[in-house]
Amino acid sequence: MSRGLVIGAFLTLFFVALACVSFLWVPYDIETLQISNKLKTPNLNHWLGTDHFGRDVLSMVMMGARTSIAVALLAVGIGMAIGVPLGLFSAARRGSFLDEIIMRGNDLIFAFPSLVIAILITAVFGASAVNAIVAIGIFNIPVFARLTRAVALPLWERDFVLSARVCGKSETRISVEHIFPNIMNLMIVQGTIQFSLGILAEASLSYIGLGAQPPTASWGRMLADAQTLVSIAPHVALVPGLAILLMVLGLNLMGDGLRDRFDPRIKKNRT
Amino acid sequence: MSLLSIEHLSLSIGDTKILHDVSIDVCPGEIVAITGESGSGKSLTALAVMALLPRGSVTDGHIFLENTDILRTSERDLCRMRGCSMGMVFQEPMTALNPVQTIGDQVAETIIIHEKTSKLDANIRATAMLRRVGLNVNPSRYPHELSGGQRQRVVIAMAIALRPKLLIADEPTTALDVTTQATILELLKDLVTEFDMGLLIITHDLAVVAEIANKIAVMQEGHIVEAAATYDLLHNMRHPYTKSLFNAATHKVILPEYIPAPPLLSVESVTRTYNLPRVTVFGSRPTFQALAGVSFHISHGERVGLVGESGCGKSTLTRAILGLEEVQEGQILLDGQPVFTKKSLNLPARRKMQVVFQDPYSSFNPRHRVDRLIAEPLHVLNNSIVGKYIEKAVSKSLEDVGLTPEDGTKYIHEFSGGQRQRIAIARALIIEPELIIFDEAVSALDVSIRAQVLDLIAGLCRKRQLAYLFISHDLSVVRTITDRVMVMQSGKIVEQGDTEQVFSNPQHAYTQKLIAAAPKLPEVTYNVEVI
Repeated sequence: MSRGLVIGAFLTLFFVALACVSFLWVPYDIETLQISNKLKTPNLNHWLGTDHFGRDVLSMVMMGARTSIAVALLAVGIGMAIGVPLGLFSAARRGSFLDEIIMRGNDLIFAFPSLVIAILITAVFGASAVNAIVAIGIFNIPVFARLTRAVALPLWERDFVLSARVCGKSETRISVEHIFPNIMNLMIVQGTIQFSLGILAEASLSYIGLGAQPPTASWGRMLADAQTLVSIAPHVALVPGLAILLMVLGLNLMGDGLRDRFDPRIKKNRT
Repeated sequence: MSLLSIEHLSLSIGDTKILHDVSIDVCPGEIVAITGESGSGKSLTALAVMALLPRGSVTDGHIFLENTDILRTSERDLCRMRGCSMGMVFQEPMTALNPVQTIGDQVAETIIIHEKTSKLDANIRATAMLRRVGLNVNPSRYPHELSGGQRQRVVIAMAIALRPKLLIADEPTTALDVTTQATILELLKDLVTEFDMGLLIITHDLAVVAEIANKIAVMQEGHIVEAAATYDLLHNMRHPYTKSLFNAATHKVILPEYIPAPPLLSVESVTRTYNLPRVTVFGSRPTFQALAGVSFHISHGERVGLVGESGCGKSTLTRAILGLEEVQEGQILLDGQPVFTKKSLNLPARRKMQVVFQDPYSSFNPRHRVDRLIAEPLHVLNNSIVGKYIEKAVSKSLEDVGLTPEDGTKYIHEFSGGQRQRIAIARALIIEPELIIFDEAVSALDVSIRAQVLDLIAGLCRKRQLAYLFISHDLSVVRTITDRVMVMQSGKIVEQGDTEQVFSNPQHAYTQKLIAAAPKLPEVTYNVEVI
């Protein structure tokens, strides 16, 4: 067990736990404004201080974790649910016309600058968390499709797949029984990395006001709101910024650690 | 005075002791062979001499190259010695060469590193060295433009560019075809005499050892169990392990009598052509004919061998028979039914045929349990098979190949290479096929394991009527395990006939060349007294 994996898993679980706790309990209701109590520095009542509306920053971060994680998770889910089957199909029919179409379609999506298109989608269909999920999700599809195809192709040349074909199993069945279980761990690693990119994308979208709408809390929006107040109350900007940083760092460390752990070549060298 | 003397070398990595008290001497102009099965420590002995041991190795003893103790020399001095006073030839010539450098540059590099000389001079010497190793191609060629044998010549040229006193060759011909192997061995022998080098050759192939070496050391589990001059060792074997090794290499199985029967598989003038990538943008695509009008029959219960060198179309033929690939002309019938119909394989025909592949490590999905792996072919039978029957069939197949039903609950990584090949055979047997295709099924196995698997196959033939097509590049194996043999060259079957007849009296020029090139084990005699 590498140190990075432990630290990464700890950071990730910490924020997931924060998000879970927010469903049951938050220190203060974030929809009640208390202007008289605004911009308080961290104290015993408000551990992380209050913002310009007098809302408790800790409560906002907890609710924001919920939004960020939900949006990123669903977006990765969309990417995996569509991308992995597409990649498996492409690999099974490698060299065919359909494979060509799928992969060139992937190239097409890859060719667009993802965040700009996400902005376009949310601007056209309205700014909301759901549209942010769809926009980020679409750009996750080709990542998974291409990775799946790339790692599935050499597996199709392996003898155990040949012998499954000799047994008369269909391409779909071989993909499900033989190819998928052998690439699953790579998908988990990639999923972790895409998850951290999703958190960043969600924060970017809500920073420019195209993500989750108020009163739903989100880290990106908190940053945007605090922008003009940095000189007066730096903690209001620091807290959501650090939250994004630590969450992304945690996921990346975890992805790295998982990759090392699943890669048999690295494992062999260690023993 | 010997050139290299390894004295009481012991090696351990972590807590595992790998070499125990190994002592070998190599004199100038002498060829010493280390032989043994996989895991015996022969390659690590060679790496120890080059001081290229893996990290964490702890050594004890001495390795003297002339008067330098390699184990007690600094890395800087070792760098000066490697390539200069000792050279090494590796097994796989493709991975031993840098694919983006020309062969001339790679040979010249060795010279430039060790001698203060101009690039021009190095290039001239590299060209001369390439010619010396029998490679008459332009030095500005890249490795991928050469054949396997030519690449191995480049590797040899690199190793001997500075005329080292000691050359180490680790399985130098294992990846090559028999005819190429013969020429490379010849070249190595010539170079040893010409340069008065010492050659330490590592190989598992006893026939190669017997043919080339002056002295043989047999290793088992890190010990040298027997070492002697070649003639003495072959005619006066002392250690039981050496005897069992040579016995296994010349192992003969007893096949039951073949009773003539109607044809089971018939391949009729099959042709398969592949399109190659375009050379020019608008030109037509060149083609490669992998199979050119191949026809043959295999009868019920007949054991047929197929031999040929790499690229002769063996693999294409296997895939075509298995119905994994469509053929352009001709047809393949199994018991009167085509194996490939309407763009897909024909399941009724498939039920009568199974396959065993070469590599015991890639033939199984590592994520499934053995019972599930073995039961996989049942898929082609009707779906009426249910739990109880599957369990019974799996245990029966496991027992047929000498394993226990309990082995079904394990995963494949818990088995050795030989056991895996048994499991592969169990998987092929489960649907009681009439025809099994053994695609180089014993080529990756050590001799003693190979002998056991061959016995297993012969035993199965005695138990039930079984026809098989045994594809191999190893002529001695084909000779014992088949009734009839076919020789393939560039997509055509050039000769076929009764195995003994083809081997003792080959008609076609290619068959003659093939049989002449294959190294043969001389008759060995055993010493009666056992230590």
